[in-house]
Amino acid sequence: MEISPDNIVIYAREPIVLNATILFTWITMGLLVGLSVWVTRQLSLRPQLPPWQNGLEMVVDGICTQIREITQQDPEPYLSFVGTLFLFIITCNLLTVVPGYHAPTGSLSTTAALALCVFVAVPIFGIRQQGLGRYLKSYLEPTPIMLPFQIIGEFSRTLALAVRLFGNIMSGNLLAAILLSLVPLFVPIVMHVLGLVFGVIQAYVFSVLALVYIASASSVQQQNHHVSTQENDL
Amino acid sequence: MSDLAVIGAVAMVMAGLTIAIGSIGPALGEGWAVARALGAIAQQPDKANVITRTLFVGLAMVESTAIYCLVVSMILLFVNPFWNHFKGG
Repeated sequence: MEISPDNIVIYAREPIVLNATILFTWITMGLLVGLSVWVTRQLSLRPQLPPWQNGLEMVVDGICTQIREITQQDPEPYLSFVGTLFLFIITCNLLTVVPGYHAPTGSLSTTAALALCVFVAVPIFGIRQQGLGRYLKSYLEPTPIMLPFQIIGEFSRTLALAVRLFGNIMSGNLLAAILLSLVPLFVPIVMHVLGLVFGVIQAYVFSVLALVYIASASSVQQQNHHVSTQENDL
Repeated sequence: MSDLAVIGAVAMVMAGLTIAIGSIGPALGEGWAVARALGAIAQQPDKANVITRTLFVGLAMVESTAIYCLVVSMILLFVNPFWNHFKGG
């Protein structure tokens, strides 16, 4: 029993070793990019929208609405990064219904790479929005005594992001495989559906957490302001 | 018992214990969180969207401790580092 698609080697000739993770990552990327390119090549402004354009606009608009509701800010700077994370993870997780497809998110190397992207993106967004000095100063925020904990927190939440996504997807696949050998009729289908639900939730959670980390690093003052206005609303 | 037998037995017992003990806390926590969220939705049905969203994110964070236990027990069972150490050496 393979617990990671890293171990499934599809093509091996000495300099190049192609495992299932790389192959299916590229398939997913090709699918997403190809679909987007194909749809955006024939954009129109007429009242009769092509159905694919309508669907794509719904997706992008939905992501924008979610970002605006969560960060209480303009979604534009976060849209490309967080939206890409969400679409990639959810496509990986949903394509597991296709027989023979191994979700790349079920491998720790993929999820670690995604979490590292978030780890790098947090200071980039933070420095771009409030400058190097104010970003570094936010580490000393309540008191300088908390500095080590802030730094440990940066690393541990990256680890948590990676292991959370990997653990959920991997356990879903493993459970389905074990149940297939125990009760091959009907029960694996139910677990598979449950796995799909968890896949969607985990994609959502991963991108929301990435968004929260980035947004909290990039605008401390603004958020305090919004918290106070929210309290006034209540 | 040989070294390998001891390691195998201990790994199996500990994998079970890890997931058993490790799931108690998150289970209690998640149940508590869902109960409070349901109460909040019952009191303020118009805020259900915000509450549900926060609940999902919070549940995923609570659940991650259970997932760590799962990963540790998987490591113990399938890719036990000490197994190869004693098998080879």
